[in-house]
Amino acid sequence: MAFNRRRFMQATGASAATLGIPSLAHSQSGSIRIGLMTVKTGPLASGGIDMERALVQYLKEHNYTMAGRKVELFVGDSGGVPAQARTKIQELVERDKIQVMIGPLDTASALAADDYIRQAQLLTLSVAAAEDMTQRKPNPWFTRGTSTSSQCSMPLADYCTKTLKYKRMVTIADDIAYGHEMCAGFQRVFEDAGGKIVQKLFSPLTVPDYGTYIAQLKTNADAIFLGFAGSNGFRFFRQFNEYGLRGKIAVVGGMTAFDEAVLRNMGDEALGIVTTCWYSAEIENAINKRFVANFRVDWGYDPGFYAAATYVEAAVLDATLNAIKGKIEDKEAFMKAVRSVKIDTARGPVAFDKYGNVVGNVYIRKVERKDGRLVNRVIYTYPNVSQFWTYKAEEFLKNPVYSRDWPPAKNLEL
Amino acid sequence: MQYWIIQTLNSFALGGLLFLLAAGFSLIFGLMRIANLTHGSMYMLGAYVGVSVLKVVPNLWLAAIIGGLVIAVFGGLVERLILRALAGNALGQVLVTLGISFIIADLCLMVWGGDPIPIPTPPALQQPILVGGVAFPTYRLVVLLIAVVTAVVLHLLMDRTRIGAMIRAGVDDMQMARAVGIPVSRLFTAVFCLGAALAGAGGIIGGPIMSAYPGLDADMLPLALIVVMLGGVGSLLGAFVGSFLIGAIYTFGTALLPDLAYVILFLPMIVVIAFRPTGLFGRQSV
Repeated sequence: MAFNRRRFMQATGASAATLGIPSLAHSQSGSIRIGLMTVKTGPLASGGIDMERALVQYLKEHNYTMAGRKVELFVGDSGGVPAQARTKIQELVERDKIQVMIGPLDTASALAADDYIRQAQLLTLSVAAAEDMTQRKPNPWFTRGTSTSSQCSMPLADYCTKTLKYKRMVTIADDIAYGHEMCAGFQRVFEDAGGKIVQKLFSPLTVPDYGTYIAQLKTNADAIFLGFAGSNGFRFFRQFNEYGLRGKIAVVGGMTAFDEAVLRNMGDEALGIVTTCWYSAEIENAINKRFVANFRVDWGYDPGFYAAATYVEAAVLDATLNAIKGKIEDKEAFMKAVRSVKIDTARGPVAFDKYGNVVGNVYIRKVERKDGRLVNRVIYTYPNVSQFWTYKAEEFLKNPVYSRDWPPAKNLEL
Repeated sequence: MQYWIIQTLNSFALGGLLFLLAAGFSLIFGLMRIANLTHGSMYMLGAYVGVSVLKVVPNLWLAAIIGGLVIAVFGGLVERLILRALAGNALGQVLVTLGISFIIADLCLMVWGGDPIPIPTPPALQQPILVGGVAFPTYRLVVLLIAVVTAVVLHLLMDRTRIGAMIRAGVDDMQMARAVGIPVSRLFTAVFCLGAALAGAGGIIGGPIMSAYPGLDADMLPLALIVVMLGGVGSLLGAFVGSFLIGAIYTFGTALLPDLAYVILFLPMIVVIAFRPTGLFGRQSV
């Protein structure tokens, strides 16, 4: 991905131009001020830059207008540092006077900003996957149109038992809340269906070398579930191949392990790998086809998880504003409206539960080669998946939040 | 049994990788008393330069040499133009190297983008090799070999050559070295270039294992620090032993005590520093 400065400036020019103007008093007739809290520097920048590109694309396609009002975009960069995210969000609210925020990107930043979002009553359409922000400790100003950590891994577990007929599996993920929650959801559904998780490994986010973890893998299991984020899935899988394990044990991946952003730097070794996500650039619907086509024209690669995230959130925002006739100043009405939104987006139909989390399709995908590049072809669709999967919400919420230790792993083999 | 063989090999391979990283850091720290916090960035920059060189010349070893040279020039410029202006101000130098590392990180992001970029393993070394009945990546054994060869060459350079003697004199007593006519100033630049070159080449040689990605710098710098602290500042032997010790502790530590994965690297360092503040092989400096 070449960082093309001119294009970037064109794309963001509209937002950059507004930065210099002192914040005008905004009345209902004025423009709507959207803040994007993203990451444009540091290790998470790849996804963060895609978030901005896709959001700008949406706004351009809609002529910077939502519900008849002009829209202005302000972008904050946290560098992926949670404390910085908190400060930048405050800056977006107090200096740029944003009325609604899309983001932040990562779970840690969302948690760091939780208090401030409550205090400032900031309307938030988030991408971060932290389970409890829409479960046991729901933030009334927080909604999520993407997925909780486990919302996609639970259907994958179902697919692994029912279709792939796996009985014994190994999980490995980053040792962060996102990895814990994803593996926990996977384990629960897999074991409830009679499967056994025989080994659970968590490697530190900045592990220098996966060799020591790969040497431990129980290669006599049916398959291994990779719950990595960012570049880690990519690094793990390369080393996995290096040790000659490709073909000896099947690999399935969580929603970020084989993202389009990672695939474009991979080769044939990735072919045939099954992953789960609420999105794929290959989804066949008119909105997505147009989104992908335009994105490819501008940037020359397929949009993935992060690009789709802001594109979908922008559509949700648009629909919500239409429902309340553009009156974003009425925060209570906005939050009520967002929870009753029902629209078709690039990821398919989207609705929300009363906790503010999305109910939408989850796709099981397989890496294939198409027109010379690797793509995640959809091979199965789980329609309208909620964050509680098939469990009853009330019972689900009585359990502790998914973690490293819950549900307990009873079938580990030493 | 197979498990132990493979983990032992893993620990050696990681030790080799760490030595390629830490040797340059140790040299610079030892002679110039600068904790060069751009070291991780030079490692990353080396990896990225390697990515670009490999597009033109698809030969990893050639790329490592070219990348090493590029980073050496870069290191020389940093030393001459920036660090020189802060001579004697250790705190200022640490701060400025940290600042430069941020700048490098963002420049890399701008030039090479945010996605992880693989550095391909040389085709001849792609197949795993069978060691005692277990498959082990051939390339890792080659990295180990390169590390050992590098250690021997550096040792000969430091121990058997005139320039090595001058560097050692500088490490032991800089003022006296100046007094007897050793061109310490030029030596500084040369050592800085050498240290930078080792980091840059290390980034490329480590590339097929680590890949090039934003954040590689921050992942590697603490490892270099730990190795050098443990082994002893300015001691090549210390860096060598430290690398393999850390490689072993890390590999077996995370395998046997997975819950200690985060502290396992720092525990030995704390113990050593508590009882031997100069590190295992560090000499008492004046």
